[in-house]
Amino acid sequence: MPPVAERTLEVRADFPIFARRFDGRELIYLDSGATSQKPQVVIDALADHLQSHNANVHRGVYALAQEADAAYEEARQKVAAFVGAAAETTIFTKNVTEAINLIAYSWGRANVGAGDAVLITQMEHHANIVPWQVLCRERGATLRYLEVDERGELSLEALDAELARGDVRIVAFAHVSNVLGTINPVAEMTRRIRAAGAISLVDGAQAVPQMGVDLGSLGADFYAWTGHKALGPTGVGVLHGRRELLEQMEPFLTGGDMIASVDFQSASWNELPYKFEAGTPPIAEAVGLGVAVEYLSGLGMENVRAHERALTAYMLERLVEVPGLRVVGPPEAEHRGALASFTLEGIHPHDVAELADRGGVCIRAGHHCAQPLMRCLGVGATARASVGVYNEASDIDALVSALNAGREVFGL
Amino acid sequence: MDDLYRDYILEHYKRPKNFGELDPHDLEALEHNPLCGDELGVHIRVRDGRIEDLRFHGHGCAISQAAASIASEELKGMSLKDVAELDADWMIDLLGIPVSATRRKCALLNLKVVRGAVTGDRAWPA
Ligand SMILES: Cc1ncc(COP(=O)(O)O)c(C=O)c1O
Repeated sequence: MPPVAERTLEVRADFPIFARRFDGRELIYLDSGATSQKPQVVIDALADHLQSHNANVHRGVYALAQEADAAYEEARQKVAAFVGAAAETTIFTKNVTEAINLIAYSWGRANVGAGDAVLITQMEHHANIVPWQVLCRERGATLRYLEVDERGELSLEALDAELARGDVRIVAFAHVSNVLGTINPVAEMTRRIRAAGAISLVDGAQAVPQMGVDLGSLGADFYAWTGHKALGPTGVGVLHGRRELLEQMEPFLTGGDMIASVDFQSASWNELPYKFEAGTPPIAEAVGLGVAVEYLSGLGMENVRAHERALTAYMLERLVEVPGLRVVGPPEAEHRGALASFTLEGIHPHDVAELADRGGVCIRAGHHCAQPLMRCLGVGATARASVGVYNEASDIDALVSALNAGREVFGL
Repeated sequence: MDDLYRDYILEHYKRPKNFGELDPHDLEALEHNPLCGDELGVHIRVRDGRIEDLRFHGHGCAISQAAASIASEELKGMSLKDVAELDADWMIDLLGIPVSATRRKCALLNLKVVRGAVTGDRAWPA
């Protein structure tokens, strides 16, 4: 019996890193939650841009500069269309961290004051915690957390209760948790947030790479994600925002490209999205990301999700065979993204990752930039295996064998 | 035999020496390994300028726990002046296993905590 449901992708050959051998062994990569591997088409697109179309954007009249401009804007179109957004409200940043900082700075400093509250959740990545801590400290506002229940999920009733207090200006939360894997009910949450007169910001870093995201139906005021987890290069992130909000906001970073005109003492701002793109943007990176999302669209995001869900279900099933192993987060693959965080009795997660590496398996261990969540879970750290489009059931088998071998090393 | 997870390393990990609280104590410090959020604290009792007794507390991986356990035996009786001079090589040699760059901080966390308690210097041992 095949261990994984029929609808699996066979795309490993598209990713050249899997042709490399490590001490004669194949790469078994179960760390896509940290960053994805890159398909050849993305690598080629980067190289081709730098080789044949490189010029700075926005200011050149010569043909080559116009090519670079067109390539950059075409990338923006592709990236926007991929998640159902408009190009003018799609801003390229360095990563999702910068996108969230942009909102905390530009929207937050104008709209959050003393006595107001910012609501986030206990399952956030540090990227969606620390900018709000800084904002709240600076403005005399309070930072409150929605609790995560024992299934690793949020409660809509708790959200209602928080919103009913009347002081919440913005709710910032992950679409998919990078530790628990929980898929949050974004549309239901944003509807409640909007009804309460608050603003929503969704951290889609883990969601966009693995499921179809349609911003129209999600209803978030701001939605941010990061290119390198979605088969794209590092150095490029994306922020989508509601036009009225972006138009009212002051810029985040200032300098070249983001201005309409500059006087000796003052300047006026460029139109959207350029107002938020100060300095030379990540041009080649954006071009690479455009090709990455095109590649994902070619696979079909429903097929990507089906593939990764099947592998996640298989992973959950196989992991519990290992004695002493405990997976955190929702028990069913249905309700989680393509990852499993776990602890193994008698072996610290750092050692678990080291032992997995002995079996040639790359997994991550630590607090996954979610220390508050770790505290809620009552653990210092976990090991985390996450899958991508290129993984196969045999990768999970290799992980389980490595964990069992590791238990033997530890005399368990 | 495993290069890293030698029998004595695992023995120290499973039954670490000088772990717990020490009350009363004269010096204390608490440090984190930023890599993984692991936490290690120390209580030190001083007599005549020497470490009379010490206890570590906290949680961590096999390398960090074994390193603390092994070091604790050496640190007892050492003068505070000598403790202040201890460097990374001292700890790595004492541990006796090849420590990769990523695991170096695991091995050195206990020395960072002890030096912090004794000298107030919170830098990673070089
Ligand atoms: C949920 C979530 N948010 C934010 C981030 C930060 O991403 P980046 O480092 O690309 O800004 C990550 C990835 O590490 C993540 O998983």
